[in-house]
Amino acid sequence: MIIASASPAPLVPLGPIDLLVIIIYFVFVLGIGFYLKRFAKSGDDFFMAGREMTAWIAGLAFVSANLGSLELMGWAAASYQYGILAAHWYWIGAIPAMLFLGIVMMPFYYICKTHSVPGYLQLRFGGGTRAISAISFGFMTVFMSGINMYSMALVMKVVLGWDIHFSIWVSSLTVAVYVVLGGLLSAIFNEVLQFVLIWLGALLIPILGLIEAGGWSKMVEKIHTNLGGLDYTHLWANLGSPADNPMGIHWTGIVFGLGAIISMGYWTTDFLVVQRVLTAKDLRAAKMAPIIGAAFKMLVPFIVILPGLLALALLPKGFLVGESEALATGGHSYNEVLPIMLARYCGPGLLGLGITALIAGFMSGMAGNVSAFATVWTYDIYRPMIKADGDDAHYVKVGRWSTILGVLVSIGTAYLVMQFKSIMDYVQALFSFFIAPLFGTVVLGMLWKRATNAGGFWGLLTGTVSSVAMWAWVKADPSALRYIALSSQAKDMAENMYRALWSGLLCIGVTIIVSLLTKPKTDQELAGLVRGTTAIPSDADMPLLRRPIFWAGVVCAGFIALNIIFW
Amino acid sequence: MKEHSVSIWFLIGLQLALYGLLITGAGIYQYFNPPAQPTVLFELHSGIWWGALMLIAGLAYSIAFRPRKSAADSKSQ
Repeated sequence: MIIASASPAPLVPLGPIDLLVIIIYFVFVLGIGFYLKRFAKSGDDFFMAGREMTAWIAGLAFVSANLGSLELMGWAAASYQYGILAAHWYWIGAIPAMLFLGIVMMPFYYICKTHSVPGYLQLRFGGGTRAISAISFGFMTVFMSGINMYSMALVMKVVLGWDIHFSIWVSSLTVAVYVVLGGLLSAIFNEVLQFVLIWLGALLIPILGLIEAGGWSKMVEKIHTNLGGLDYTHLWANLGSPADNPMGIHWTGIVFGLGAIISMGYWTTDFLVVQRVLTAKDLRAAKMAPIIGAAFKMLVPFIVILPGLLALALLPKGFLVGESEALATGGHSYNEVLPIMLARYCGPGLLGLGITALIAGFMSGMAGNVSAFATVWTYDIYRPMIKADGDDAHYVKVGRWSTILGVLVSIGTAYLVMQFKSIMDYVQALFSFFIAPLFGTVVLGMLWKRATNAGGFWGLLTGTVSSVAMWAWVKADPSALRYIALSSQAKDMAENMYRALWSGLLCIGVTIIVSLLTKPKTDQELAGLVRGTTAIPSDADMPLLRRPIFWAGVVCAGFIALNIIFW
Repeated sequence: MKEHSVSIWFLIGLQLALYGLLITGAGIYQYFNPPAQPTVLFELHSGIWWGALMLIAGLAYSIAFRPRKSAADSKSQ
């Protein structure tokens, strides 16, 4: 058997039925790729899935592309460490931004018929702004994909005892095959399939966990008995002072840093997720897709955060420790909480399904990365900068090769990280530099018609460079933290939030000043790109139940209710 | 969705039905041959009912979204 056990005993022992479940999954995803190849002929087919997706498919792919296995395991670990506060990243850190994308921004992305976020920037602000955005997004995406790949392979080694090289090559080559064959259509089909598997594989943990704990209130009692001191089960009640909660954060950091800047930047301008929505078959579907995605995103804490809380209640105190302590003592780290809970409740077959959910999560994240990279590389880098006069078939071919290139660079990054682990911190930090300023540029581009090409370019450049500069300043002189994060005690997460806030504000400020000093574009040039010059079809004639704004209101009400229930 | 392509829901239904069958089967086997080291709440036999749920949902989706000839196809023939 290739998946030979490493020396330490695996945390989760898989039987023949479990392996069969995993093998069937691989057969299905590859089969889907081979079947869909016949439909991926033109550029629109390969890069935009023919722009024929229903709101449900685009919406589920939108949320699934973000639901990687590291996301699942990482946030389950975070909830074991910080309690229910981790749910903020799924609620205030996602839902308002997703609804804003669907209702406010999607009409502009969709009506201008762009193929990508950098493509929109080219139409709105010209080639320079597109180049900054495309190059930074393209390369950071594949680097991040490689880091995720390495982290995933490491987890597979710890949890299942699988060889690290086997995990890297089998999973990434499978993704390469089905994306090269069927393009974005294949990636989206698999993302929807993976989304269903993730839910079915993980949902039994909270169901059985709550039965074992004796219900929610008994679970809360057990956590209080086990931990005492800090409050792990309230979302907002303990955010009045950083000293009162396990995350050491103030509510303003959550509301303004996470809710207003970081999540807006990620969910509305990160092309990895926005690309899924651009494949919608019409404007209504494009507006509905993020709303459907938001409804499901709102429920994800039940399969991610709740298992972490259940582990706090049901596992012996101190059973899980930090990564370095786990390595030193041979114990289990926080990151293993989800597989540990899976092995606690799931017998043969179910265990295989749970592990398949984790593998599916990793593969959907990677397919999202490489398909977004292929589109940006082909349309926003190769076509404008290398060969502008190719025909459609040529660009499809480039798209297929760039998918392979993206996978190979990801694998290379994974091996690089294996040798030099500090690279991981640097690249993850770099990735966060581009999000906040990009949001400032895109949102001003869509909502303020006075914004000019020069304003957009210099605003984005200043925001990005300032973000890097702030990070480098703190690296070189840690005492600078008191200026960047307004406190010398700030943790990494707080520093990231404030850096995002300042770089976003700087981007907006520079864009406004430079725009006011330069010649405005005419309404004709801005048609279909900006509020005030774009005819957005009204939903007023639709029945209430078909209107996106109605469903956004329903999701918003659910979001408010959850925050009140778990206040 | 692409004309003539198989619905994604049909493929998902097939896979769920297959998984449901395997998991229910494994659950029934364990019911009659309990393992030496059972999982927590083994007595609930979650494999049987979760697998059966998947099997039923999978079959329902496979049937509801099975590939059919479109009206346009029938006319052209």
